[in-house]
Amino acid sequence: MSTWLSGRDVARLLRAHLPDAVEEEADDCLAVYPGALLDTCRHLQRELAIDYLNNLTAVDYLDYIEVVYHLSSLERNHLLTIKVRCYDREHAEVPSLTPLWQGADLQEREVYDLFGVVFAGHPNLKRLLMWEGFLGHPLRKDFVMPPFPQPPGSPVRKRGEELGLD
Amino acid sequence: MTATTFPYDPRELDRREGEEVERLIRGSQLAYVDEDPFMTSMLQENILVSTVDKMLNWARQSSVWPVAFGLACCAIEMMATGMSKYDIARFGMELFRASPRQADLMIVAGRLTWKMAPPLKRIYDQMAEPKWVLSMGFATSGGTFIGGYSMVPGVNLIVPVDVYVPGCPPRPETLLHGLMALQSKIKTESIMQDRLRQRERFFEERGNVLAGLGLPD
Repeated sequence: MSTWLSGRDVARLLRAHLPDAVEEEADDCLAVYPGALLDTCRHLQRELAIDYLNNLTAVDYLDYIEVVYHLSSLERNHLLTIKVRCYDREHAEVPSLTPLWQGADLQEREVYDLFGVVFAGHPNLKRLLMWEGFLGHPLRKDFVMPPFPQPPGSPVRKRGEELGLD
Repeated sequence: MTATTFPYDPRELDRREGEEVERLIRGSQLAYVDEDPFMTSMLQENILVSTVDKMLNWARQSSVWPVAFGLACCAIEMMATGMSKYDIARFGMELFRASPRQADLMIVAGRLTWKMAPPLKRIYDQMAEPKWVLSMGFATSGGTFIGGYSMVPGVNLIVPVDVYVPGCPPRPETLLHGLMALQSKIKTESIMQDRLRQRERFFEERGNVLAGLGLPD
């Protein structure tokens, strides 16, 4: 079984080298400031031999958008969770991890597509799952799907006309 | 010396042959009549009379070759239908052609995203007449994903569908029932209906209706 590294231990390790990197620490994860993400990951690669990026995803809490990274050390069998919070929904920007891990490429494109988080330094940041020209980011909590036009005579259209909708 | 003559004596053989010929002449005084019922029953067993429609429909329904269009989980059930337990080959659909130009039926097996819809339309256009479409599954028929941001709510918005098979995913028996329903639909067709012109007119009418709706761009 792999061991999930405790956020507090890793934070203690990081504080020695990078004093302003850690935003918040908990038992199961670690929140890092966006500016310090690359340095933190390089430091972890050197010190804790964390060499594998398992997963890169995001969560939309209404106050902030949180990008979640699941890292692991293959030789020591450790797992670690790092979270980066973007408080500005309009201009959410996080440094890209593609210089360190090639696997972050497509996953960052997916997060950009569905959440609108821009990854600085990404070689090819464009939409992945939605099509070119789609407006909006679907997995945001405030995303509203534009109404699908209904053919005349469909019950949905009739009901919409009854209620006085467009 | 006894009176019995040697049987292979040439004169004896000639005598016996002559006796046999005489006997045959005496017995052939009555001709064999042509037995009509006998002959017609042979013909009945060997000649088939039917309409061109029936033959054509039978041929078409018994060898519908699907194009492999498995998109999502319904594809697994389609594969299971093609395997030995729920054999699809016994209905004539043994060859899943990879190329749409060689296929008759498009089984849309799985949810369709808007991003995949142009390739689906293109593959449908590449199929030659006669062609049918079977919408497999609840999502493909417009159920599961009606309010979604990326899914087509029903593949009949993109291509005309002949048979809808419900289920999520439909069991192989359900898919086989849908295929048999398609076969009985093919049975009702006729060589007099010009499928190509009908389809072109249908698409034109649909384009007119869409233009008339005045949808915002």
